Amino acid sequence: MIEIALLFAFGCYSLGLLFNLWRITRGPDAADRILALDTMVINVIALLILYGIREGTSVYYEASMLVAMVGFVSTVAYCRFILRGDIIE
Amino acid sequence: MAPVTEILISFFIVVSGIFGLVGSYGLIKLRDTMQRLHAPTKATTLGVGGALIASMLYFLLVKDSFSFHELLITLFLFLTAPITANFISKAFMVNNLRPKDVPETGRDYGWAIYDDPPQLKEPEAEGKGE
Repeated sequence: MIEIALLFAFGCYSLGLLFNLWRITRGPDAADRILALDTMVINVIALLILYGIREGTSVYYEASMLVAMVGFVSTVAYCRFILRGDIIE
Repeated sequence: MAPVTEILISFFIVVSGIFGLVGSYGLIKLRDTMQRLHAPTKATTLGVGGALIASMLYFLLVKDSFSFHELLITLFLFLTAPITANFISKAFMVNNLRPKDVPETGRDYGWAIYDDPPQLKEPEAEGKGE
């Protein structure tokens, strides 16, 4: 039963990643693209946690924690670049 | 593995998947950028939160090993989500809105992205003229 639920969740998040990719390619503004990239990072975090459940190991927590930190820093850096034309003034 | 445990873990996994899909679907369905800013918060809180609760329950009830790592990820995401949303809306305002499009702030100075911050008053020099 858990395997079926995991397959369902994998399908949902994969479809979500495709939606994010569509928004990245079609986004009319740079803010849309940053938002879609941030959502993509969130979906990847959830996918990593679910994959950790499937494999039965706790190694993937550290991986998802690292992905969360790198995603936050990259989003802030991209927004700073658009706001000020420079990341670290 | 007891059936109740299995049903509980599967429920949280399915809820996580549904909310993750809803968050990403709202990203392509809503019309405006400011409206689209609303959708991924569902994926952040309920999607990742459901996956983390399912993971904690799985490792607690099936593998008999409890860990706090998931709570750390939840805390980090809850702390950084408002900052990210604030930065993205500021980037949108810089590109698309002019100062006349936004309401007055009702303070001495305007919005932070259009106006420079107010200059701090110079501290008075002591012992001057002696």
